[in-house]
Amino acid sequence: MQILVLTKPVPDPAAGSERLGPDFRLDRGASPAVVNGNDEYALEAALQLVEAHGGEVAILTMAPANAPETMRKALAMGAQRGILVTDPALAGADIPTTIRVLAAAAGRETFDLLLAGLDTSDGTSGAVAAGVALRLGLPLLSSAGAIEPNPDAATVRVHRLSATGYDVVEGPMPAVISCTQALGAPRYPSLKGIMAARSREIATLGLADLGADLAPGDGVWSTRVEAAEPPPARAAGRVVTGPATDAAREIADFLADRRLI
Amino acid sequence: MPATLLVVGEVADGTLTRLSAEMATLAESLAEAAGGRAIGLVVDAEPAAAATELAGFMASVEAVTAPQTSGESWAPYALAEVERAVDAGVTHVFAGVTAEGRDLAGLIVGRLGWGLLANAEAVTWSGTGPMVEATVLGGKAITRSVFTGESGVITVRTGSVEAEAAASPGTIEARDAVGTPSLPAVRVLERVAEAGAEASLEDARSVVVGGRGIGGPEGFGLVEELAGLLGGVVGATRASVDAGWIAYARQIGQTGKIVKPALYLGLGVSGAMQHRVGMQAADAIVAVNKDPDAPIAEIADLFVVGDLFEVGPALAAELRARHGG
Repeated sequence: MQILVLTKPVPDPAAGSERLGPDFRLDRGASPAVVNGNDEYALEAALQLVEAHGGEVAILTMAPANAPETMRKALAMGAQRGILVTDPALAGADIPTTIRVLAAAAGRETFDLLLAGLDTSDGTSGAVAAGVALRLGLPLLSSAGAIEPNPDAATVRVHRLSATGYDVVEGPMPAVISCTQALGAPRYPSLKGIMAARSREIATLGLADLGADLAPGDGVWSTRVEAAEPPPARAAGRVVTGPATDAAREIADFLADRRLI
Repeated sequence: MPATLLVVGEVADGTLTRLSAEMATLAESLAEAAGGRAIGLVVDAEPAAAATELAGFMASVEAVTAPQTSGESWAPYALAEVERAVDAGVTHVFAGVTAEGRDLAGLIVGRLGWGLLANAEAVTWSGTGPMVEATVLGGKAITRSVFTGESGVITVRTGSVEAEAAASPGTIEARDAVGTPSLPAVRVLERVAEAGAEASLEDARSVVVGGRGIGGPEGFGLVEELAGLLGGVVGATRASVDAGWIAYARQIGQTGKIVKPALYLGLGVSGAMQHRVGMQAADAIVAVNKDPDAPIAEIADLFVVGDLFEVGPALAAELRARHGG
């Protein structure tokens, strides 16, 4: 099986130092970059699938030119090669452009499955996988908690998480699948993997390589941030210590005051 | 071009979701401010009941019968109807921040190339278009954004407004689905319900959450008991989900659900950043933790330093007593 995984470098949410720049765009220099969390679940699922069925995992990233630093982490987990789409004209790209560019780059590849994280921790639209599926004319199997391809029948089954459990859904391959944490924890790169990743190929593409008019030439995106401010600070709360029955009464009083009981 | 706002309603168990009703109220108020109009859309195998509910909140609703959605993915059928509405003049589409709503938003953006403003917590009408407020970067900033063109897609979180019934019920135009899905069919072979996953976390007024301190699956018995007494829903942290104590569907946080309940009660929750992203917008936060330095103390309105296995049962007894036994 050939599996293409969309991976995005994002500011490390655990570092807690993300911030917006003066233009209200994400200041990508303010935080260390990591592979987006949901993309790691997608990558882990892809690696397990090729371990079971044979084949190769490649990663596709649209990001600034320093992205290979982060992409090496995904290669160290076991992806065989990387494709980086990077172009100064894509700085601050909006969602429709991101979708067009990723779909154009993915369209140059041959794959059975295209996996992506359910959303990214910086963009959080959760719309890109669906948009890419639409552009490629491929079936969308979303919110995957399990992925079971049947290469002989060229179909794939997915447990699509629902509000009340999950739906078992099936579509023809090639297919686009958005991936959740329920797929299982990603592996840590081995020392061998880290060494191997150093020599793995990362092909770099610019907008010109992808052909069509994918980004607006005037640099005006479809959306614009007008203002940004820190969230209102929560007033300092009350701390309660003492016997459990007293604490329980305090909680109940608090809830009653706020008409929550 | 007059603003025409389309609300794509969602149906769960045959009824309209609370989020859909909120979006209807939101769109009606925006349409009034814009001097435009709002339209509701329900696409389902049996849309009538949900469309009637939606018409309780807005003046004009289309009920589209799409029998295929009972056995196939919903979003491609909804896309076909949205495209039809756009051809008829719709300028802005509102979809919910749900699995289906986000899929639909992505399909619309992929198809039409429209801009997307995601995860709206509030929307106002500003000059010529909507201005969308959203929390970004894990709660570090609140942004206000606009579309630079005359059209766009907005995904809306639960709790943006209080749903307000219209003075009189709106009109319903019922018709069959006409559009053809743009994507190969994804068939639904089976719908599996998991224990404890019945109630919607996002819609819950109260959420009671078990963190690592709950110690094991049996600890969730206490969480469930308190949720029952508070008329709330059980939630979890990533630590308790990763430990296998409870289903991922219950997880609140960065890679789980984002909730905004009137009450958040955390038991044995430390308050890691990954979790706070999903709950810090709660109106009231109460936490019980034996560690006085747990980070959740920074955002809790009431922070009880104590053993949750003593405080929890005592609270259950207190609530029962106040309920009158």
